[in-house]
Amino acid sequence: MEQMEQPAAHDQSRIQPRTNHKLVKPHIMEEWVGKVFTTLCIIVLVVTIAAIVYFVSSHGLATFITDGVSLGGLLSGLKWDPEGEIPLYGALPFIFGSFSTSLLAAIIAAPLGCCAAVFMTQIMPGLGKRVLQPVIELLAGIPSVVFGFVGLSIVVPFLRSVFPGQGIGIAAGAIVLSFMILPTITTIATDALSNLQRGLKEGSFALGATRWQTIYRLVIPTTLPSLLTGVVLGMSRAFGEALAVQMVIGNAPHIPHSLFESASTLTSVITLDMGNTVTGSTHNNALWSLALILLAMTFVFVFIVRFLERRNNR
Amino acid sequence: MSAKTADRIATAVIIAVSALIVLLLAGLLGYILFRGLPHISFHFLTSGPQTIKAGGGIGPQLFNSLFLLVLTLIITIPLGLGAGIYMSEYAKPGKLTDSIRLIVEVLSSFPSIVVGLFGLLVIVNVFGLGFSLFSGALALTVFNLPLMVRITEQALKGVPREQKEASLALGLSRWKTITSVMLPIAMPAIVTGTILASGRVFGEAAALLFTAGMSSPRLDFTNWNPLSPFSPLNPFRPAETLAVHIWKINSEGLAPDASQIAAGASAVLIIMVLIFNFSARWFGRFLHRRFTATK
Repeated sequence: MEQMEQPAAHDQSRIQPRTNHKLVKPHIMEEWVGKVFTTLCIIVLVVTIAAIVYFVSSHGLATFITDGVSLGGLLSGLKWDPEGEIPLYGALPFIFGSFSTSLLAAIIAAPLGCCAAVFMTQIMPGLGKRVLQPVIELLAGIPSVVFGFVGLSIVVPFLRSVFPGQGIGIAAGAIVLSFMILPTITTIATDALSNLQRGLKEGSFALGATRWQTIYRLVIPTTLPSLLTGVVLGMSRAFGEALAVQMVIGNAPHIPHSLFESASTLTSVITLDMGNTVTGSTHNNALWSLALILLAMTFVFVFIVRFLERRNNR
Repeated sequence: MSAKTADRIATAVIIAVSALIVLLLAGLLGYILFRGLPHISFHFLTSGPQTIKAGGGIGPQLFNSLFLLVLTLIITIPLGLGAGIYMSEYAKPGKLTDSIRLIVEVLSSFPSIVVGLFGLLVIVNVFGLGFSLFSGALALTVFNLPLMVRITEQALKGVPREQKEASLALGLSRWKTITSVMLPIAMPAIVTGTILASGRVFGEAAALLFTAGMSSPRLDFTNWNPLSPFSPLNPFRPAETLAVHIWKINSEGLAPDASQIAAGASAVLIIMVLIFNFSARWFGRFLHRRFTATK
């Protein structure tokens, strides 16, 4: 941070004594233009996020304030039937679906990602850089709808032939999601492992520990907060992913009895229903409430990541 | 079990898992290309989609995706560069900068569907832009902006301190130093990052369902008047992109060859992503050579 302060002080001492000089004017103008332009860009950024939070929460809260749906009822209700005789807005099945798919995806992807990171940093860095890293980057670039398409044409038929049921459901969603979040987890784990303090590993080797003992007892525990950061970011991505999950999960509004039964997530129900409702209706507002839950979860995930990073820096 | 055996087993497992990841990706790409490539033809790439008959193409969708990407970049690049420069050069360490950093972080982790809903409410309805390419580009800007800010900030932080100080010592203003000394040095990293980010924009769909819309008007590719509703260049017409099209035919496709179209369109999308990826690497290396005079 000092390097930024220094030139600033420098600048002023140079400009100030020459304020009356005619050459200074374009100089100051230039500086002024730069400052105003960049500040405006930042203001746009801040206004955008403020607007998103404001609009989503104002519509999401309208369900409770003007439409009289109770918050507890929405969060714990088991039945979602907005078109019924007595409309019911129970979002628990969707909340359950979102949490279970993203948690399962993280459980599948975390060990794979950590193995890949260990491979790239500890075992064969050369091969890792040349082969595995580009592979991970490519995986990160594959669009979510393509994952959904592959899920529909490979994962679902496979699950259908091996397990009872239609193949669609939480298991299919979690498998597709685990692929999508693998790059996030791997990249962060690789960064953490390669930034490991020098000498730590050498010390362990000098004491006669094998490579696995060093990795398992020393490298993994020291970098654990960073590894967890990757997993949480991956989960956060899985939680907000909409289309790939919607394509393979089946979209039935109830809590499934098994992993291979049709289910729904918060994002999938918003995707499917939003176009069919009228702005301002209770059904529409209830969907905004689901979006508000998604938004709130984003903040929770960011908070957890920040907490883990702080622990890591200490 | 001795420590040596454990070490061997663990190493073998890790290598096996890494090999598995490589194989899975190879299988994934292989499957998509193997299924999709036979369906790709000039007719498929240029003709319009069919709703219930077989033989529909993806011409307008492909064009919309590319046009949307261009529009998004026109909006994002100046904003992202400006905000990135602010973060790396003007922001003073303190509470305000920390909270802006937090905002960038939060913005980049917003679910795309929430951004899409926001776009539907504010851009489409309140601003009255309707389902249009322009609305879609604005929604994608919300996504792409944090990425651009981070890319620019990191690239500028990577510029050697001496370069910057030498320029300041020569009497150049801070803004001049940034634009004519630091930005050229940071350019390879910025360009690479931008191309990679574009690949992401190209494949994005959830935010576009509610902003750019799920249909395309009958486009007349001989009409280049940007104000005509049938002109492909009109930014205020609804536009279905390739990614949205794949989603739509997979979930509600009525054409008898819907799955082949999905396969072909997925292959096209993947090929575009691969092109973005490789050109980012190549272009980054090329610019690096140009600007640093290393062979």
